[in-house]
Amino acid sequence: MNKFWCLLFLAVPVLGVAAFAWAPGAGYWLPRDISDHGWQIDHLFYFVLTLTGAVFVATELALFWFAWKYDGRTNMQPVRFTHGSHDVEVLWTLAPAATLVFIAIYQMNAWADVKMRQPDVPVLAEVTARQFEWRIRYPGADGRFDTLDDVHVVNDLHVPVDRDILITLKSQDVLHSFFLPNLRIKQDAVPGMKIPVWFRARDVGEFDLVCAELCGWGHYKMKGRLTVQSASAFQQWLAETAAAQEATQEPEVEESE
Amino acid sequence: MSSPAVPHTHAGAAAAAPAMPVAKFLATYVFSRDHKVIGLQFLFSTLLWFIVGGLLALAVRWQLAFPWQGMPIVGRLLFSAEGNQISPEFYTMLFTMHATVMIFFVIIPILAGAFGNFLIPLMIGADDMAFPTLNMLSYWVMWPAFVLMTISFFVPGGASAAGWTGYPPLSVAHGAAPASQAGQTLWVLALVFVGISSMMGSVNYMTTIIQMRAPGMTMFRLPMTIWGMFITAVLQAFALPVLTAALFMQLLDRTVRTGFFIPEGLVINNEGVAAGGGQPLLWQHLFWFYSHPAVYIMILPAMGMVSDIISCFARKPLFGYKPMVYSICGIAGLGFIVWGHHMFMSGMNPALGAMFMVSTIMIALPSAVKTFNWLATLWGGKIQFTTPMLFAMSFVSMFIIGGLSGIFMAATPIDIFIHDTYFIVAHIHYVLFGGTAFGVFGGIYFWFPKMFGRMMNEFWGKVHFLLSFIFFNGTFFTMHLLGAGGFPRRLADPYHYATFRHLLGMNQFITYCALGMGAVQIIFAINLFYSIFRGPRCGRNPWHANSLEWLAPSPPGHGNFDVQPVVYRGPYEYSSPETTEDYYPQWQPPPAGQGEASHAQAQQHA
Repeated sequence: MNKFWCLLFLAVPVLGVAAFAWAPGAGYWLPRDISDHGWQIDHLFYFVLTLTGAVFVATELALFWFAWKYDGRTNMQPVRFTHGSHDVEVLWTLAPAATLVFIAIYQMNAWADVKMRQPDVPVLAEVTARQFEWRIRYPGADGRFDTLDDVHVVNDLHVPVDRDILITLKSQDVLHSFFLPNLRIKQDAVPGMKIPVWFRARDVGEFDLVCAELCGWGHYKMKGRLTVQSASAFQQWLAETAAAQEATQEPEVEESE
Repeated sequence: MSSPAVPHTHAGAAAAAPAMPVAKFLATYVFSRDHKVIGLQFLFSTLLWFIVGGLLALAVRWQLAFPWQGMPIVGRLLFSAEGNQISPEFYTMLFTMHATVMIFFVIIPILAGAFGNFLIPLMIGADDMAFPTLNMLSYWVMWPAFVLMTISFFVPGGASAAGWTGYPPLSVAHGAAPASQAGQTLWVLALVFVGISSMMGSVNYMTTIIQMRAPGMTMFRLPMTIWGMFITAVLQAFALPVLTAALFMQLLDRTVRTGFFIPEGLVINNEGVAAGGGQPLLWQHLFWFYSHPAVYIMILPAMGMVSDIISCFARKPLFGYKPMVYSICGIAGLGFIVWGHHMFMSGMNPALGAMFMVSTIMIALPSAVKTFNWLATLWGGKIQFTTPMLFAMSFVSMFIIGGLSGIFMAATPIDIFIHDTYFIVAHIHYVLFGGTAFGVFGGIYFWFPKMFGRMMNEFWGKVHFLLSFIFFNGTFFTMHLLGAGGFPRRLADPYHYATFRHLLGMNQFITYCALGMGAVQIIFAINLFYSIFRGPRCGRNPWHANSLEWLAPSPPGHGNFDVQPVVYRGPYEYSSPETTEDYYPQWQPPPAGQGEASHAQAQQHA
């Protein structure tokens, strides 16, 4: 029976690795990445996965092997009466410490790219989160916000492809989070703060905009759509939307800023 | 209660109330000042809440596997008005209360309250805690919390639904959610009482461990369990005041609209919110300044218990005792400067985030050192595969997974993608269920003989272990894959999004495993209660263990020990060449003649 328990512990690394080997092929994996910077995040994910995977397999195998070999029923050797070893402790403190410092430094650049090196372009749109929708405002033909030709849309963010996109993220009521899984972008929207978000999309198409911070009972349905389109299609869409807005005499300027 | 005399002894009770067995019963079992009774009170209260928290989790799982489908039986009882289905409001409340109950009513009080109370005086060779009355109060102050939290389920709007993190403005603005009415206020008040209870315990544990150790029990002869409890008490003493202050600020924001956490110009439900001048991020800083150390409060005592169990059943000294102690201290120290890793996406200065990333990554180091030492303790031993040992080994196995998955989210760029996804849910459950809860199960099986003077059933203990282990991994390992798919937490219906629709099948698998895991706990409950009354009686030291609690009778009477124990060596002298037995208890005097030599040697080892 003791060997059965050892095999149970052996099953952890075996099935753990098997699950991660099976998942990508079965479609359970990182969603498609269409961003310019996303490869850095995915690369780090694979890098940490490889590293932690190796440590996982090694330590779990050691647990299995020690349990198997030093099973009290079959191990006839006397117990190794030791209270530890200074050299070994130093070794297994310094080796992981060096690895961890390396991981910390290795990823700094990706973090800076996504959150600290803001591109020098005008703000394309202002996204204001509220329970439970995304209110999106484009500056309109004059290129300036807070003018009469601002274009207002709800839950329907359009951006041109292959261009640095800069968005200002705000919240009107509670915390929300602006999550674009396919662009590897996530940023909380905080009332009282204007937070810049930037990315560059490589492929055209329609993608989900997810709210990823609990914002109340309707959190689950706070769904937006991101449409990435060619520059000309984007300009056309913006012009049509502005025209439609003009026609309905809408601009209810509710938010004076 | 009001009498300053100790009412537990027969003489005292008889003198105080000659013909009042009710008063005696109350003094012995209800308002007892005996640390063992208080420990068991904590144990049974927290196990009851464990059931509540577990059922809340299963309801969450139901919705994720079968969204908007009528729940069988329970649905008809609870939500017949909504066609037996869970409403989004109710779902939000479910996961909020699951986490609140599990963290504040189960894990923290079962470790510090139940095991801390029961074990500290016994393991250090004291007759009781330093402050028995304070100890009794620390248990009874939990009751206002229990009552307030229970009431909150029945007030209009229901119990808190702002997440267990209670982030404002959602938790503060009354119009923000149906439940952010009375339910949230009761939540805040209940947590204040939990904090008071923890603080009373913390002061008591620190004083007891520092002041009341038996002769010969130096700090470096303390069992790891006691080190875990000691450092936990220190963490609570330093971190809790911050949470308490934050809770009072939230309470004031809610009641008299002080606006600590509310910025200008908020419009909620199309109504302006009067208060202003505050900052929602302030709450997050204060909350996590406590709640990140609280993560270690929720694991360090379990690490200590697991160290003791592993050494005992490997019949081998704990490998690297002092590095183990230093790593606990290291985890506690670093634990105070990593709180910002919960806020990488919060809008906090990204440069500050980079700083927190470095400290967070470094906290993996002491955890790694502990894991290596546990493995090295097994190396070269003679392992006995008892139920407590299986749980302790599974703690190591699962903690490896939980620790390693933490590196993903410590890496800020990866966290951009996996933050607030099921990757985090997998991580926290590997640490707190696969880690702490398995450690607690191991602790219950291990110390049950001391608590009740009887043994639990080994066969059913192993069945409980096997099934829990399998279902646990089925439930939570799979969640890593959900997280890799970006599957967000806290959504009542994630399949609303095309990106996540294909994950429904995997969620159904998880729910079946979770239901199985809940069901097999019935085996544990039956084993526990049957063994209390019918288990085979055991002697003082059924496991042939070394630490002082095994010197006391099982169960120990009031005052614990027959005579004051004297400590001659550290707690891990298993298979020592100095003795023919494979254990060498701390209280056993060295053979005459070589007393000085072996005493010095034991000190050197320690």
